[in-house]
Amino acid sequence: MLTVIIGIFEEGFAYAILALGVYITYKILDFPDLSVDGTFPLGGAVTVVLILAGVNPVLTLLLTFLTGAIAGIITGIIHVKFKVRDLLSGIIVMTALYSINLRIAGSANVPIYNKDSIFENSFLERVIPEGFKPYLMLTVLLIIVVIMKMFLDIYLKTKSGYLLRAVGDNETVVTSLAKDKGIMKIVGLSIANAFVALSGGIFAQKNGFFDITIGTGALVTGVASVIIGTNLFRKLTFFKATTAVVIGSILYKACVQIAISMGLVAQDQKLITSILFLVILITGNEKRRRAKANA
Amino acid sequence: MLRLIDINKYYNPGTVNEMCLFEDFSLDIREGEFVSVVGSNGSGKTSMLNIICGSIPIDRGRIEINGVDITNTAEYIRQRRIGRVYQNPALGTCPNMTILENMSLADNKGKPFNLQRGTDKKRIDFYKNILSGLGLGLEDKMNVTVNTLSGGQRQALAMVMATMTPIEFLILDEHTAALDPKTAELIMKLTDNIVKEKKLTTIMVTHNLRYAVEYGNRLLMMHQGEIVIDTLGEEKQALKVEDILDKFNEISIECGN
Repeated sequence: MLTVIIGIFEEGFAYAILALGVYITYKILDFPDLSVDGTFPLGGAVTVVLILAGVNPVLTLLLTFLTGAIAGIITGIIHVKFKVRDLLSGIIVMTALYSINLRIAGSANVPIYNKDSIFENSFLERVIPEGFKPYLMLTVLLIIVVIMKMFLDIYLKTKSGYLLRAVGDNETVVTSLAKDKGIMKIVGLSIANAFVALSGGIFAQKNGFFDITIGTGALVTGVASVIIGTNLFRKLTFFKATTAVVIGSILYKACVQIAISMGLVAQDQKLITSILFLVILITGNEKRRRAKANA
Repeated sequence: MLRLIDINKYYNPGTVNEMCLFEDFSLDIREGEFVSVVGSNGSGKTSMLNIICGSIPIDRGRIEINGVDITNTAEYIRQRRIGRVYQNPALGTCPNMTILENMSLADNKGKPFNLQRGTDKKRIDFYKNILSGLGLGLEDKMNVTVNTLSGGQRQALAMVMATMTPIEFLILDEHTAALDPKTAELIMKLTDNIVKEKKLTTIMVTHNLRYAVEYGNRLLMMHQGEIVIDTLGEEKQALKVEDILDKFNEISIECGN
């Protein structure tokens, strides 16, 4: 039982960073960014290639983050400069990334089992006592999630962060402030997809492999976590939205786990995911428009 | 200082619905003028403001500020010297951000939006001071999100935000039209105070003929993309609401209704 709970938290934390990224696009920018389904495996592909090449696992995280940022910028440019609809811009990048991810990784499935990772390396081997090992992965993930959450919290309190929130809230105000709203959208998409790719990279290091299919439903997972979190904790104002999103991610993974433990098999996972998502959308009383845009 | 020169603007060009709004429309606004603009629906008042601000493109003509051609300047760049308040009170503020955050955003106009702290704590008293001048109690709601405010409170906040940093032009697009008469009166007085205090060159589109007559030192009446009344100085001061109404009726008769 304990291992199941630890497993849920591990999954929840790994996907929490994805959820934080989706929170930026979906909640702050009001942009249904489907490129997430491509940038999540992009993070995984970049990670396995770097790990196999012997790059330091922590440095790998940083490079994965940057790769995601670039992908986000491309989605942004397609939408802002070429005036392609938000949903289609994401789909274009998502589709293109499918091939790019295969090219980067070299094949549809790449294992990295016996390599150093942020969870298993010679340094941790030396300093961590044997008894703590079952909680090691959870602890490392918690640290990364806390760092990323604080990073986002601090950014959203800066002048640039204010402007990002203003773009999603009321574009007219941004224009009135003599600022290009398009640039801010690109910045937002860039940060969001950097988070998502990082999440994909952590996922690959955690599970010890890259698989081309890990991105399918990434946006759904992210949006579901965001909605669960922000709706459950809407009344509790002392909870920051970002904290709520992290908890939402864990709760969502718990829901999926419960569904699986009720006798459903792994093949059913995407079905469970989408049914859960539908239930969350309906009970979450989200605006009809948003639900439709993300359907 | 602001010149519109031979502006041509067509709507739906190349279709059966093609409509010419402006044909060789010209207007010269001098520094320090407070221009009230009246006219029936479709006369081109709001289109004129949109053309000045760069919200809509023109088909031919030139727009100059202080002799500098800004015809092809992007809307957001023109806003550096323009403050604009819209008819819809929701357009001038960010609804899900607090009053303090909105004020901080407005205060930073013209400066870079970088990674410094969004709200400068030393400025909070300054913001409170401005807001207390409105007499709406907004200074006690600094951490309240703007979507909980009434239309009048939002519009007052939008007005303050639009004029907080140094600007040259104030563009008012029927900014009292969505408010109840008492609030409209309050916003109008506030507008007049700010314009006088900051010596702003102002263009105000309004459907309220009394405001058009009472406030400002120049009055334009527009009809089908042309200026049919343009008075300023003493002539403007002597103008009465009835005079404008008479002109309205005259035009209506010409049009056959």
